[in-house]
Amino acid sequence: MGRITLDQVSKSFGEVEVIPPLDLTIDDGEFVVFVGPSGCGKSTLLRLIAGLEDVSSGEIRIDREPATHLPPSKRGLAMVFQSYALYPHMSVRKNIAFPMKMAGVPEDEQARKIADAATALNLTDYLDRRPGQLSGGQRQRVAIGRAIVREPAAFLFDEPLSNLDAALRVGMRLEISELHKRLATTMIYVTHDQVEAMTMADKIVVLRDGLIEQVGSPLDLYRAPRNLFVAGFIGSPRMNFVTGAGDRMGGAPTIGVRPEHIMASKESGPWKGTVGVSEHLGSDTFLHVHDTGLAETLTVRVGGEFDARHGDTVFLTPDDEKIHRFDADGSRIA
Amino acid sequence: MATQHSRSAARIMMAPAVILLLGWMLIPLTMTVVFSFKKYLPMRGGDLGWVGFENYARFVTSSSFWPAVATTLIVVGGVLLITVILGVLLALLLDQPMWGQGIVRLLVISPFFVMPTVSALVWKNMFMDPVNGIFAHLWKFFGAQPIEWLSNASVTSIVMIVSWQWLPFATLILLTAIQSLDSEQLEAAEMDGAKAVSRFGYIILPHLARAITIVVLIQTIFLLSIFAEIFVTTQGSFGTRTLTYLIYQRVLESQNVGLGSAGGVYAIILANIVALFLMRIVGKNLDT
Repeated sequence: MGRITLDQVSKSFGEVEVIPPLDLTIDDGEFVVFVGPSGCGKSTLLRLIAGLEDVSSGEIRIDREPATHLPPSKRGLAMVFQSYALYPHMSVRKNIAFPMKMAGVPEDEQARKIADAATALNLTDYLDRRPGQLSGGQRQRVAIGRAIVREPAAFLFDEPLSNLDAALRVGMRLEISELHKRLATTMIYVTHDQVEAMTMADKIVVLRDGLIEQVGSPLDLYRAPRNLFVAGFIGSPRMNFVTGAGDRMGGAPTIGVRPEHIMASKESGPWKGTVGVSEHLGSDTFLHVHDTGLAETLTVRVGGEFDARHGDTVFLTPDDEKIHRFDADGSRIA
Repeated sequence: MATQHSRSAARIMMAPAVILLLGWMLIPLTMTVVFSFKKYLPMRGGDLGWVGFENYARFVTSSSFWPAVATTLIVVGGVLLITVILGVLLALLLDQPMWGQGIVRLLVISPFFVMPTVSALVWKNMFMDPVNGIFAHLWKFFGAQPIEWLSNASVTSIVMIVSWQWLPFATLILLTAIQSLDSEQLEAAEMDGAKAVSRFGYIILPHLARAITIVVLIQTIFLLSIFAEIFVTTQGSFGTRTLTYLIYQRVLESQNVGLGSAGGVYAIILANIVALFLMRIVGKNLDT
């Protein structure tokens, strides 16, 4: 169905090597998220898989068939672009029909598939409109509809939610996850937003400068980040990195503690600091604690009822079970 | 900002320009209309009084009127067809990344900077001359009899010359239009299985529709009044007499100002019909 294997795939633009040789296997039906800061090569990697860029070396296999030199349309993949890339002069119906028209699908089958896709995506009322008359979320759904009707081996999403507002983004996130459960088709999803990665992925691929830093399930990455980069990238607010905490260091030069694994108290605790800004989310409050002598700022998650004002003194107790230790090169010490 | 006071101040300040423009347009137009109702022969008695619609009747019943209209339409249509088709192809070509892009684009645009009179003379003497022209040499090189362009293929020659002048304009507008096409749309079409020809037909051409309409509209307005190209090449002979040239001949060669003015009024009406027709197409295209 949709098993994609990258074997020593690399990509250079002229002299610049954007992606050094890498190996990656994406299993059939998996929801894989490529995540990383901007410029880390995640979109390039997706475009290599799609066939929109030629690989410089290495091999791509889709369902065990070599696909390295196949044109994009022959790879059986469908892509949803960041700008949606709808055809502005065609109605929604024609947009969705376009890939089938190009493939020579008979008219009645086209109509049936369009109706199915429109029902699934709540687009039935909009079929005769032009993309310009739709809202961002609706355009997004049309783009997904155009991908669905091709019945691809895998869907490729290139930062599909980055043009939507926050509320719509959460909604579309759920819809895409729902779609994945229903279709059980392989999906590869590129984002720079670690929340999207954590909530949607079966498997996260963390990239930095074209290198795969870690591959694993969201909770694997959260519980056992392989190095400082992954530790800092996954989890929100980001992990605190502490130096010079005496016995707790266990001999490691740097340790990491997540904000949710530190307890705060007004009375006592091993670490002492001054509250700077506190961000109240209602359910939780994030305290930014200064002057601990351990790190510039420690972020601590406390309950929404915890009362702390700017300048108050707080005592912090890290959960010793959940401390991550890193050696001098930033790799995790098991 | 837009108080009563500032609005009236703005009107006063715009007035000189508006009055100048109105005068510039209205005085010649009125004079043309006035002369068209008069028998006015400057070298043969001058103003000979009002004659009603006689000039109008004579202008259209003259044996050269309908051929002139036909020539005008053939020249305008031919140039539009050539410039739009070649313009789209050239724009597609120039959009490809290549070495020396800036210089190539500048060279493509350069014919537009050459004055019509000059370019027509260059074509007449350097390319189309049946003895010394480059075309003649080319034909002889392949052992063919050189064509006497300006006498045997006169309308074609005019269309070629004018197309050469207007091709840069069309290319430039169409190139900018192509560059404004979102590359993700083309990539999406590619992933959807559209071959290069389908991508052109379904994505690029619809995207260019608006730019093509604008090119057609602007060029039509200018092409209806081409004069220099005919004046320095065929002087209106060999079936190259367009409406504009016919009017010129009536006024200056036959020294019949009244008759020429009537022709001028016809030309205004024709231009307005064409403009109206084009505006509706543009309106429809700009809508979407």
